[in-house]
Amino acid sequence: MTESPQRAAPSAPAAPATGATGAPSAIGRLVGQRVRRKEDPRLLTGHGRYLDDVVLPGMLHAHFLRSDVARARITRIDTTAARAAEGVVAVLTAADLNPHLVGDMHGTLSPDNPGPLLPLAEHDVRHVGDPVALIVASNRYLAEDAAELVEVEYETLPPVVDMEQALSSDDIVVHAELSDNLCSRMEEPIDDELRRIFDTAPYVITETVLQHRYLPVPMETRGVIAVWDRHTGQLEIRISTQSPHDVRTTAGRITGVPEHQIRVIMGDVGGGFGQKAYVARDEQVVILAAHKLGRAVKWVEDRHENLVAATHSRTERVTVTLAADESGQLLGAHIDHLDDAGAYPVMGSGGAGAFVVMMFSGPYRLPKLAYRTTSVYTNTCTRAPYRGPWQAETLAREQVMDVLAHRIGIDPVELRRRNVVHRSELPYTMPGGMPIAEVSPEETLDQAMTMIDHPGFRVEQARALDTGRCLGLGIGLYIEPQPGMGPYGSEPAQIRMQPDGHVAVYLGSGSHGQGLETTTAQIVAEHLGIEPEDVSVHQGDTDATPYAFGTGGSRSGPILGAAVRQTALVAREKILAIAAHLLEASPDDLDIDGGVIAVAGTPAISVSLAQVAMTAYLNPAGLPPGMDAGLDFSSRYQAPPFMFSNACHACTVEVDPVTGTVTILRYVVSEDCGVMINPNIVEGQIDGGVVQGIGGVLYEHFVYDGDGNPLTTTFLDYLLPTAAEVPEIEHGHIETPAMTPGGYKGVGEGGAIGAPAAVVNAVADALRALGVESLSQPLGPARIVAAIEAAR
Amino acid sequence: MDEIDIRLSVNGEPVHGRAEARKTLADFLREDGGLTGTHLACEHGVCGACTVLLDGEAVRSCLLFAVQAEGSEVTTVEGLSPPDGTLSPVQEAFWENHGLQCGFCTPGFVVSVTAFLRRNPDPTDEEIREGLSGNLCRCTGYQGIVRAVRAAARASA
Repeated sequence: MTESPQRAAPSAPAAPATGATGAPSAIGRLVGQRVRRKEDPRLLTGHGRYLDDVVLPGMLHAHFLRSDVARARITRIDTTAARAAEGVVAVLTAADLNPHLVGDMHGTLSPDNPGPLLPLAEHDVRHVGDPVALIVASNRYLAEDAAELVEVEYETLPPVVDMEQALSSDDIVVHAELSDNLCSRMEEPIDDELRRIFDTAPYVITETVLQHRYLPVPMETRGVIAVWDRHTGQLEIRISTQSPHDVRTTAGRITGVPEHQIRVIMGDVGGGFGQKAYVARDEQVVILAAHKLGRAVKWVEDRHENLVAATHSRTERVTVTLAADESGQLLGAHIDHLDDAGAYPVMGSGGAGAFVVMMFSGPYRLPKLAYRTTSVYTNTCTRAPYRGPWQAETLAREQVMDVLAHRIGIDPVELRRRNVVHRSELPYTMPGGMPIAEVSPEETLDQAMTMIDHPGFRVEQARALDTGRCLGLGIGLYIEPQPGMGPYGSEPAQIRMQPDGHVAVYLGSGSHGQGLETTTAQIVAEHLGIEPEDVSVHQGDTDATPYAFGTGGSRSGPILGAAVRQTALVAREKILAIAAHLLEASPDDLDIDGGVIAVAGTPAISVSLAQVAMTAYLNPAGLPPGMDAGLDFSSRYQAPPFMFSNACHACTVEVDPVTGTVTILRYVVSEDCGVMINPNIVEGQIDGGVVQGIGGVLYEHFVYDGDGNPLTTTFLDYLLPTAAEVPEIEHGHIETPAMTPGGYKGVGEGGAIGAPAAVVNAVADALRALGVESLSQPLGPARIVAAIEAAR
Repeated sequence: MDEIDIRLSVNGEPVHGRAEARKTLADFLREDGGLTGTHLACEHGVCGACTVLLDGEAVRSCLLFAVQAEGSEVTTVEGLSPPDGTLSPVQEAFWENHGLQCGFCTPGFVVSVTAFLRRNPDPTDEEIREGLSGNLCRCTGYQGIVRAVRAAARASA
């Protein structure tokens, strides 16, 4: 257990460590402590078990042949030579595989009217990377060799690559089955009242914020092994996923195999960030191929495929019109949001827009909001959720707040203070109708400004400018929703105390880096009076675990954590009842500590957990009258429709006006995720998200040329931040417990929500003195130099 | 394609194998040696997940053919920790400082840092960050990793 050197000392007096109710902080013996992770020894020594580490008897290896043009008719495919090549077992094209599909490939959370989607490209291709054939061979080298022997002829067609062009294009339609490129649209038009506000308000500004294309990029690419045993009728799937039970549901739908005959196993998963939250098309093709061939088939995506053909994200334009009164109080807003869905959007691409508009007002009082959100198809890679899929609301709102502050002539921090929702105003109903409660935006703003020494920095900034140095401060203040509706709403946990008193926990969701084995063991051990080492956590095997929708939406902390806690409390109650019976004491007088249940104040009167467990299983006659034997417990927690965490990100930067290089000087996060189960894991989640956000703004950019050819297809072109580029991240914590059991909130996505706004605003603040009025991402050196020159 | 005899030492054990000339050292270690701790995350020499020690030097095993390791001594992440199940000082420091999340890049970092600290046992923060810049991590934001390297350097000082 370490005290992180980055952890900020409790800084602001305005930063209570307790909730609105004044309840004491919920730090326990284990919950709230920096417990070392149970996962780490195996991962540190090379003994993790990731998808590619699994070898099954007779396993074949698959490789995709993908389109190298953005839009074309397929005029001929000849697989004769490839089929005859060494080691090749099958070369499957749409004609071979697509008839094998028996159900809908769209994800469980897809919108009501999803666009066309087939296993392999049939008749035409719609983006570079569209899968045209699957080669199955005895090893991957031979499968790739054979791919070069497949002859495909294309009649190329002009593609639509740009989302604005897609919106206006009548002649180039991505999906010939449809009449236009409109994927989805939601609108709440400006009414008379908002029109009057825009006509009469002292300040009305309109700004357009662009967010370029960047990607989740988990270090482990996607991969799947599927085995169909036609003699037992069992389909076994091993997969790198965030949602093993949804893989089972989808596999059943597309193959017709009933779900009780399907087993899905996820081992260790090397990151997901949303990309593995659903079963994408490529994995479905491999499952169908294994089902058709009756063999074990493995496919592990290579990095080129992951960049070009897995899933893409962001790629949005938000135009905001914002009205304020003389003092800067917000009066009303209209937002027009456009996103690029790519060719085959999965899992609610239009739904991201709905969250963008719903969350737009974020931490501020905003009386009126109108909106339009539009999603369009283009001949580019699939759009899919990525850590904070709706974060364009924060990016746009926080940039526009800065512009408004400068229009009024006040500090952006002061404008935020005038508009931020106070604790006394909670619950506050956002203009979209969503009530927010148990949040602390004002406290996090104050704590972050204290930590970064806002007044001191303004002095330093002015002094630096005198010597030609450009420093800037940027803020990203936001509310992060955790959806608890639909399939995301419920989560199970099963706890079995074994006859020796040790505990096994079975989770429907599984970790892909979040440390759920550790946090689950902390919660269970806390309430059962044992150590995390006494608890084993089992996840990711659908034959062993109850149904859950998987990780996503930052739900594991609040929803899974609540499920684990409530199940542990039920277990504790029965354990104490048995112990009370054995000790002839009242359960209310008992406590569990170190695996021993004793009468409080009389430690001599005690019984061990092992004795209780042995009684429960082996000597039911020793149980209280009427009690069932055994110590196995199962419960399912049903969450409220929404939970909210919040944070304030603040960073300071120096921009070199000659080279356009941005150096982050300090980066501060004040965050409120309710009761922290493990501060190391909380800070680790924030840090990872922040660096993804920094990377997104400063380095990462997936580029297509005008013909839809991807130009950034390796890590030499698609630049991820390294340790040499990132700052130390300083943490401050506010702890406002959620109303849910345990008071935990989500923290997985926030880093990637707040960071882009903070970084863009800091760079803009640094360049404002040079007359630069507007900036759009990505903020590479060339773009910054161009902006400075344009302002001259 | 013809296979070629290869003799080398892996984690102190003599290995005699056969591989096609085009087979990478990473694939040879993983597929023929069963040493799946060496991970492949880009296969073009940028991410560092496949880093192993070749005669004590950190190298990217995705950029080497197995036949190039003929006669060499290879150490993978599995060979860094004592056989009694305890951790090496670098591994211990990563555990203590939350230097990993999903763990996929971790073996590459552990091997790289082991080689780095042998070369430079008392690095400055800037040297640590520079030394880590050949390995990509997508989960930690490098915060715990930098702390771990500092701690490992202190522990062996």
